[in-house]
Amino acid sequence: MSSHYEAPIREPLVLGEKSYHDITMDIVKPIEGKANKNWYIAFTIALIAFLWGVGCILYTIGTGIGVWGLNKNIGWAWDITNFVWWVGIGHAGTLISAVLLLFRQKWRMAINRSAEAMTIFAVFQAGLFPLIHMGRPWNGYWVLPIPNQFGSLWVNFNSPLLWDVFAISTYLSVSLVFWWTGLLPDFAMIRDRAVKPFQKKIYALLSFGWSGRAKDWQRFEEVSLVLAGLATPLVLSVHTIVSMDFATSINPGWHSTIFPPYFVAGAIFSGFAMVQTLLGIMRKVSNLESYITRLHVEYMNIVIMVTGGIVAVAYASEFFIAWYTGSPYENYTYMSIGAATGPYGWAFWSLILFNIAIPQLLWIQKVRRSFIMSFIISIAINIGMWFERFDIIAIVLSKGHLPSTWTRFEPTFVDVGVFVGTIGFFFVLFLLYARTFPVIAQAEVKTIMKSSGEHYKQLRDGKNEH
Amino acid sequence: MSTNKVIHALYNDDDVLMDAVKTVKEANHHIEEVFTPFPVHGLDKLLGLPHTRLAICAFLYGLTGLAFAIWMTNYMMIDNWPQDIGGKPSFSWIVNMPAFVPIMFELTVFFAAHLMVITFYMRSRLWPFKEAENPDPRTTDDIFLMEIPVHNNEEELTALLNTTNAVEIKVIEKH
Repeated sequence: MSSHYEAPIREPLVLGEKSYHDITMDIVKPIEGKANKNWYIAFTIALIAFLWGVGCILYTIGTGIGVWGLNKNIGWAWDITNFVWWVGIGHAGTLISAVLLLFRQKWRMAINRSAEAMTIFAVFQAGLFPLIHMGRPWNGYWVLPIPNQFGSLWVNFNSPLLWDVFAISTYLSVSLVFWWTGLLPDFAMIRDRAVKPFQKKIYALLSFGWSGRAKDWQRFEEVSLVLAGLATPLVLSVHTIVSMDFATSINPGWHSTIFPPYFVAGAIFSGFAMVQTLLGIMRKVSNLESYITRLHVEYMNIVIMVTGGIVAVAYASEFFIAWYTGSPYENYTYMSIGAATGPYGWAFWSLILFNIAIPQLLWIQKVRRSFIMSFIISIAINIGMWFERFDIIAIVLSKGHLPSTWTRFEPTFVDVGVFVGTIGFFFVLFLLYARTFPVIAQAEVKTIMKSSGEHYKQLRDGKNEH
Repeated sequence: MSTNKVIHALYNDDDVLMDAVKTVKEANHHIEEVFTPFPVHGLDKLLGLPHTRLAICAFLYGLTGLAFAIWMTNYMMIDNWPQDIGGKPSFSWIVNMPAFVPIMFELTVFFAAHLMVITFYMRSRLWPFKEAENPDPRTTDDIFLMEIPVHNNEEELTALLNTTNAVEIKVIEKH
């Protein structure tokens, strides 16, 4: 027991009197049980939204990009807004599983699995947009440097859009193997418990024959650590590269050196908000209240406050620099007097309200420890961060260098439909995941039971008194 | 006596397992294998397992990825089609290098991560249709299993293991 010492000041991360077997039972319950009516209702709604999105995508590809609300000055609007929004959401997953692993944060263990699932499903959604916003998506494979019959015509490695291809595909594939490797011991647990032959076959296939030898675990932990070390710069680079889609341009409002760190901070901000939203529901419906505790919610809210603070400072410096440059073109950027008072003033003020004002409530301990308040604030941030990307993209493009090109953007039902479709697709995947995957990394939670479990902490405190 | 007999000692706690491993080691018995439901920290050291070299592999794979990215950008952008795209200099690789940094970085990570994971799967013999080899299904839930080969010393070993708080001790004929 002494080897599991933890300072008494630390609150327990696993509540109740749980044994190792209890953890197993709590995690396999949703998988071995049957889905209830609410799950089917939610799944049906998500599926309808997804199918509607598929319809809108097919309509776009069949008819042409002109069915969207874009015009010749605003060539990017909802498509890239949604792309950046979804990529940003994915970032918290990697942050939780990689950065918090490097910092040895034990509280990540109850939330990392779901956060990584969220990453992967969000990057799926993000990955759709670069494809479907192409005028000729069937030539999409031309972005790959494949030897060909055009005298081997290559791609241009100067373009951030090509860097995006490399960044997103690396990010998705590395996140996927990181997630999967972590899943092996948990799939093995379900495999070894399964009584139905079909279920046993499936989990035997998914678990890759994991047996849990001492050597396997030694390698497993090394691989996790090195992958975390690789995923951390990866996650910073991916959103940096996404931000360079804008920052390397010559548009006032986009051409800004602050974008790389600021986009990354915004990504973590919005990603954590999404984790908060999803886990707020999941802990209730999957009966995981003992693992995803008030303390986890508070810690996530603290990360949200920190990154929200960074984002707020970035807004302030963008606003200041727009004025400080003395360039008249900067008067109409997304963070300027022109934006605050112009036709997109509502979008500007929504951003200020949802991203800067509302999250400040988290300074109050009562608020950041409240499940319902955290849930509401997390939704506000998701809305706010969508507006951030929309403002950066649409406001800046609406007033460029030449006043004769000034225009407005109005989304069509197809723009909205595709976005709704990706939300539906995301929830289809997430709902299926919640019923078939071990949503908590049991092998990791079991390692912290003795140091951070409520019961063990009480035992230890009792002993120390005598 | 046949030499392919093994003893399985089962424990229900990681600390008890660690003590048992210590006891068996001190009595100079060879431990064939330990199956645990989660990583027990310090177990590999106690068993005397050599440190894994996967991180070194990852570093070399990363270097490979970096070299590949440098070669690819140089070949495609400078050697094969040295074109002027938006005034970007294409006279030599180094003058256009900053634009290649994102690609170089991503490919380094890509190679390092994926090849290391593949190496891990191959070394630990894990793949989709691989049969699991843990002798007791409870070892993925909450049971820790130590496997010790028997060499004409069954009674002595059993007696030793009986002192280690094992929940079950089984002598098994391995085929």
